[in-house]
Amino acid sequence: MRLLAAFLLVLTLGVAAAPSLAGPPEVPKAKGEKCLAEPADMRRNHMSMLLHRRDATMHQGVRASANGLKACLDCHAVSNAEGQPVGIDNDKHFCRVCHDYAAVQVDCFDCHNSRPEAKKASSEPVADVMPPEATESQPAVQPEGAK
Amino acid sequence: MAHMPDLVFKELNAKGTAFRALFVILAGLFLIGLGAAYYMEHSGHWVTGMTNQVVWGMPHVFAVFLIVAASGALNVASISSVFGKSIYKPIAPLSALLALALLAGGLAVLVLDLGRPDRLIVAMSHFNFKSIFAANIILYTGFFGIVLVYLWFMMDRRLKYKSSGPGTFAFIWRLVLTTGTGSIFGFLVAREAYSSAVMAPLFIAMSLAFGTAIFILVLLTVCAIDKRPLGRELTERLRVLLAVFVAATAYLALLQHVTAAYWAGRVEVVAFILLNGGVYTFLFWGVQMGLGTIFPLALTLVPRLRSHATLAFASVLVVLGGLAQTYVIIIGGQAWPLTLFPGYEVESSFYDGIVQAYAPSLPEILLGIGGFALALLIVAFGMAILRFLPVTLADADIDPHAKKRLMESEEAVEAA
Amino acid sequence: MSENSLSPTRRGLLKAAAGSAALLAPGVFLLAAPAPSKARPDDTATDSSVRWGLLIDTNRCDQECTACVEACKEEMGLIGKGRPATDAQYIRKVELAEPRTGFTRSLPMMCQHCSNPPCADVCPTGASFKRADGIVLVDRHICIGCRYCMMACPYKARSFAHEKLEDQAANNPRGKGCVEACTLCAHRVDAGIVPACVEACHAKGRGAMLFGDLQNPEHAITQVVAQYPTSQIRADLKTDPGVRYHGI
Repeated sequence: MRLLAAFLLVLTLGVAAAPSLAGPPEVPKAKGEKCLAEPADMRRNHMSMLLHRRDATMHQGVRASANGLKACLDCHAVSNAEGQPVGIDNDKHFCRVCHDYAAVQVDCFDCHNSRPEAKKASSEPVADVMPPEATESQPAVQPEGAK
Repeated sequence: MAHMPDLVFKELNAKGTAFRALFVILAGLFLIGLGAAYYMEHSGHWVTGMTNQVVWGMPHVFAVFLIVAASGALNVASISSVFGKSIYKPIAPLSALLALALLAGGLAVLVLDLGRPDRLIVAMSHFNFKSIFAANIILYTGFFGIVLVYLWFMMDRRLKYKSSGPGTFAFIWRLVLTTGTGSIFGFLVAREAYSSAVMAPLFIAMSLAFGTAIFILVLLTVCAIDKRPLGRELTERLRVLLAVFVAATAYLALLQHVTAAYWAGRVEVVAFILLNGGVYTFLFWGVQMGLGTIFPLALTLVPRLRSHATLAFASVLVVLGGLAQTYVIIIGGQAWPLTLFPGYEVESSFYDGIVQAYAPSLPEILLGIGGFALALLIVAFGMAILRFLPVTLADADIDPHAKKRLMESEEAVEAA
Repeated sequence: MSENSLSPTRRGLLKAAAGSAALLAPGVFLLAAPAPSKARPDDTATDSSVRWGLLIDTNRCDQECTACVEACKEEMGLIGKGRPATDAQYIRKVELAEPRTGFTRSLPMMCQHCSNPPCADVCPTGASFKRADGIVLVDRHICIGCRYCMMACPYKARSFAHEKLEDQAANNPRGKGCVEACTLCAHRVDAGIVPACVEACHAKGRGAMLFGDLQNPEHAITQVVAQYPTSQIRADLKTDPGVRYHGI
């Protein structure tokens, strides 16, 4: 009985200490025209969408990059004062804002990067990836010890 | 001969000082083990001795030892229910309880060492039926269920006389279970130290030896701290059982190496374990074979040495030898490098071609000991709340013929 | 030493590779071959009409060169913590020496993308699996970190994430407590680009790696494998690796 009381006390203190009582969270604004679905739908179903995609991408290679986690990050990432996107360790991160409020743990970012991918300097066309005729241009026989 | 009165089963006296002290110590060790697991999980496995080369370490040594011992601990119950030796009946429920407890302790260690123990639910909900590991998950869970039913049959007065059915099923299940545990290693085709069908029978023999040793220790301890008489009739039988199982284990362990040594490709790994493997060679000959086999065999087989004290000592040695044997199998087997390019000497930044180093870290050992403590805590707790053991196991109480036989045999010894 | 004494076989192998590539536009060497190997539309699934593979010409692989290893680290975001025993390695250079003759070889080792992968056989949850196109992966969403696959892999191809990781490469999510390995750059292959190691081997190394579809007769890799002796590592285990070696 005493144990139960202590447990309840800890629980109440824990809840009281959480910032969530301050009212509903302020959802940061996203870039882009519109999301994959209406906000209400996204709010309710984003997790199943991600889960479904996750397995299709992982096991079948269905990338459908427009609606992946990376795309979420691209539009929704929150930047700090220096204009750099914040990571999941920051409570302003768009996932955390709601997840903290709802007290639902999000563990995507145990593995996934929580910041959007820095865009590569130049996106090269596929063909340039392979060096032109590396095998032909290289002399077939190199002199001994030549480097 | 007069009809023998029913044995009175009774809970342990949980108010005794010895019991309380033991309980507190075990709880402490268990909590330390939990703390060690938390530390390792929180920091990541780099704080342990385990690496990308030796991926299974001390936790696996303890876990495999406990899991193997669990199925062996059930042996006493099997002898009574399956093989009809009624003298073992009074101690059969304790044997089943110990089996459950050891399995729980072993699995706890195994699970707490996972990279993602938080995903235990994934392991229980996603099965790859081709995996012997997944098969083991089913075998372990099944073992809990079956032994619980068996235990219920043994402890319920109305069902007691029907317990041979569940007992037989549990016996077969435990043989399959240990086959499964051995096959975790036996099926590793690429590793020269494992990949052998002899692993399954070896593990069955190991289970019988380790399980019997732990059972003897628990029985002697319980009778001592709860002041319950324990006659020689039972312990003499357990002594012989222990000796047979220890000998069988040593025989199969040697067979494992002889089989491998006959194969040119495996001579080197056998030589590594038996001749030039440093700590593994020492553990094999010094601890597994010397302390854990020859010495207990002498203690159990030389008539002059027979006493509860030597039996206890022999059992402790079997446990130590068993831990050493499990260490040599698990760590020693991984220390030996994979052969990717037969006929070549290889070198790389990823430790190809060299004997891998492994030094067990303290948290790993504490986690393993915590698993032992958990198993014994479950036994202590179970015995404190339920009637697992009769108030007396004195010869005259468990076997009406015992006294007579004992006197006769003593006379015979004197006559000789 | 004897490394550069070029055998007719080697010359022939390279010619064959170059010859088939010459059919194509310059630079469009393997993946961007005609019709069949266009990048798959990104909303379709892989299927078993392709079997991705690598061919490594050990005659060309330079002992000093680690271009493939460096490229892999860069691509996959493998930032070491300076702890060689626990840091992840998806690809490594292995130096071979024949003890009696002193014959040496250098070659890259990585996940061999077996068609009968022992890692997938032993994985209790099915986290280790083979994609329809032959790429062997770890689904780290359901990996419990038991490391049985590392025990079972004949090639020592896998690593375990021994510590907390940050700033992962977007294309290679990875985290503490799961097992990981070479993905044959599945993310690049799905986009129609060759794996990073192969690209680096041609750009910075001596072009010892060929990537392609082992079932497609138009791919250079298939033509070379059809004409020249290649070997599978631990062929005795019948894992049927997708990575073939020439010159050992």
